[in-house]
Amino acid sequence: MEKGTFEVKVGLAEMLKGGVIMDVTTPEQAKIAEDAGAVAVMALERIPADIREDGGIARMSNPRVIQAIQQIVSIPVMAKCRIGHFAEAQILQALKVDFIDESEVLTPADEENHIWKLDFKVPFVCGCRDLGEALRRIGEGAAMIRTKGEAGSGNIVEAVRHMRKVQAGIRKLTILQDDELMAEAKGLGAPFEIVRQVARDGKLPVPNFAAGGIASPADASLMMQLGAETVFVGSGIFKSDDPAARAKAIVLATTYYKDPEKLAEVSMDLKDAMKGLDIASIPENERLSQRGW
Amino acid sequence: MGGIFPKIGILGLQGAFQKHHEMFKGIQVEARFILYPGQIRECDGLVLPGGESTTMTKLISEMHLRDELDAFSGPIFGTCAGAILLSKSAGDSRVQTLKRMDIRIDRKGYGRQVDSFIQSVQLTFDKTPFRGIFIRAPRIVDFSDGVEVLGEFEGEAVFLRDNNNLLATFHPELSNDARVHQYFIDQFF
Repeated sequence: MEKGTFEVKVGLAEMLKGGVIMDVTTPEQAKIAEDAGAVAVMALERIPADIREDGGIARMSNPRVIQAIQQIVSIPVMAKCRIGHFAEAQILQALKVDFIDESEVLTPADEENHIWKLDFKVPFVCGCRDLGEALRRIGEGAAMIRTKGEAGSGNIVEAVRHMRKVQAGIRKLTILQDDELMAEAKGLGAPFEIVRQVARDGKLPVPNFAAGGIASPADASLMMQLGAETVFVGSGIFKSDDPAARAKAIVLATTYYKDPEKLAEVSMDLKDAMKGLDIASIPENERLSQRGW
Repeated sequence: MGGIFPKIGILGLQGAFQKHHEMFKGIQVEARFILYPGQIRECDGLVLPGGESTTMTKLISEMHLRDELDAFSGPIFGTCAGAILLSKSAGDSRVQTLKRMDIRIDRKGYGRQVDSFIQSVQLTFDKTPFRGIFIRAPRIVDFSDGVEVLGEFEGEAVFLRDNNNLLATFHPELSNDARVHQYFIDQFF
């Protein structure tokens, strides 16, 4: 019997496709997310918008809160650890969370090295801004990639930038000749074998999801149309005026992302979305997407 | 079907629907995705893919697909979450099953993701075992005499048939082996 292998890890990511993964900080929020049709919840101490506002060091959630969330919902429970903080990841594995997000939303623990994810039985998801970063994380063992976007901003512009960069990078690989791939791998700073694989298949070897700034049904549709296979919604739900209704609307929008009439219908009765931030107003050194490499 | 391929509809609300589509394409079977009322009755057979059964329950109800699913008399093949939906009971009020197979199922019977596994499944209709990929898989608790076991490992029934319904608790759509999909087409149409 094989457990914890790459195939088993990617298998769960496959099952989450076409769904919405929601950030939650309490069992009550987790229940709202599950009732709205979330395919998974992401347990964290504070949602990104509050982390941004409160400042201080953002760490892995309290294990007791994670357990309470695991007890109340039947869908997969994910949790975040700090970049490079493999001890937090070990604890999350011991808690049997279903996916670990090595996340730039928390304060990085290592500014040079990410976690060697191949050592773990639990699958990992990691953020990226471009193809090179995605392939480096896959090289370390990530079973799912997501755009970083700009978490807690309620602004989709960075997620769009990152998704377009990843997709353009993939398209470029598919038209390069064999003798051009090594130079491209050097430029990307990405493992050569994975670069060859993407060039051959025309897609990442793991599912490619979107995160960071999704706040409305239209945002979810936009990211799906740009090539995301699932969306993460963080602050967008619980910082809005009507979390349950908005969560449900975003779930429908992700399934019916190609149907503008349906999108209009699900958007119609929503109250105000989170206020959101202009990226230019966030000082460079406070942008979460700049964390990790 | 005498050389005419059946029209297969794959419930496309969420989950591994694309993988099933690729599998059928590999064996030259036309499949389309089901997203709206009215599409189900145009199909000869249906596939309920893996994914999250709670999410599918919500969307089936929200999109008013339940009545058409209940009225559908053709063959249905369900994998993992789809298997849960086919069962008589999943012991969880969050999931409304279609009750098409006389099987009781435990949604989290094998545990969480760290307990997900790959295991050789012994088939009754072919000597070569099938590489069964079990992801947070449901576990068969019991089933009535009329249910036929088509695949098992270590005494665990994981691939079953009840009249014109077929259920696998693993994910044949994730392996590169089309025998299970081929079986559905060959034996049910």
